[in-house]
Amino acid sequence: MRWMMAIGILAVSAAAFAAEVGEIKTASGTAYLEREGARLPVRVGMQVRQADKLVTGADGAVGITFLDNTLVSAGPNSALVIDSYRFDSTTHAGKFDASLQRGSLAVISGKMVKQSPDAMRIRTPSSVLGVRGTEFVVKVADPH
Amino acid sequence: MHVLLFSAVVALLVYFSPDPKHETVVLLPGPDGKVGTVVVQRGSQRAVLDKPYAASRSGEAVQLSEGEVRREFGAVLSALPPRPMSYVLYFIAGEDELTDESKAELRRLLDELRSRPQSDIVVIGHTDRVGSDASNDALSLQRAERVKAELLGLGIAAARLRSAGRGEREPLVRTADGVEEPRNRRVEVNVR
Repeated sequence: MRWMMAIGILAVSAAAFAAEVGEIKTASGTAYLEREGARLPVRVGMQVRQADKLVTGADGAVGITFLDNTLVSAGPNSALVIDSYRFDSTTHAGKFDASLQRGSLAVISGKMVKQSPDAMRIRTPSSVLGVRGTEFVVKVADPH
Repeated sequence: MHVLLFSAVVALLVYFSPDPKHETVVLLPGPDGKVGTVVVQRGSQRAVLDKPYAASRSGEAVQLSEGEVRREFGAVLSALPPRPMSYVLYFIAGEDELTDESKAELRRLLDELRSRPQSDIVVIGHTDRVGSDASNDALSLQRAERVKAELLGLGIAAARLRSAGRGEREPLVRTADGVEEPRNRRVEVNVR
């Protein structure tokens, strides 16, 4: 009975761990995460999950380190959605899809892109970026 | 009069029509000067960026300078998290003790942890190519857990620590299968 409980607790904690795909490492100004209809103010050390939407204000900027060492930051007036993220720390297989709806984004790709060059894809309102292991910045701005 | 009215209507239409957003993508060189590739697919247009500061501005190819990129993207670039640091530790063969060099490396690792209070740590075990893939996966995780336990013992909070086993997939020194190679029997610690 006791070992069954132990396995249950292990399974639950493993699942909780798996839901977390990255951690907020830098944060300044106004910024929050939209998660399941709630607005969570961003602070350093907070865990990021799949389907989270990061929103920053005019003075906001946030940096996230993902499980596979992909580094991502969003600048002021940005909206970034983590559409899907999975990473196997043994094989380095994975998939990372994110959408920059507005604002600016900087990316330093991590272990999964090194393993498979098509693992990471960034969408903007009019483009899709394929990332082949590199560092880059993106900006989506209103023309007016 | 009609011309004026017509112009005003056109101007209003242009102003309120849903203009496509201005989009800029710029490729940056890595810290070692190495440059990767980003492919920008915009409808049927495809741009391949593979030179430092090569950019695509709403589909148009442009070459920017480092200064221009710093000015335009300064705020987002300075929000990037620090790059993960990697430390490699070796054990004395068949023993539970680190080699002298690795003890010094462990001290450097602890200094790094202190200077990065927001860091989290991933401990990654590796094996050489003796034994099956499955047994090496298990062994590499076991090595990682041993170092993780050591870091816990040194007072590093459990919430900051994760472990992973890479088996024989990432050798430092390439060998044929079945070959003993002490340099590949190691534990790597990522401070992130």
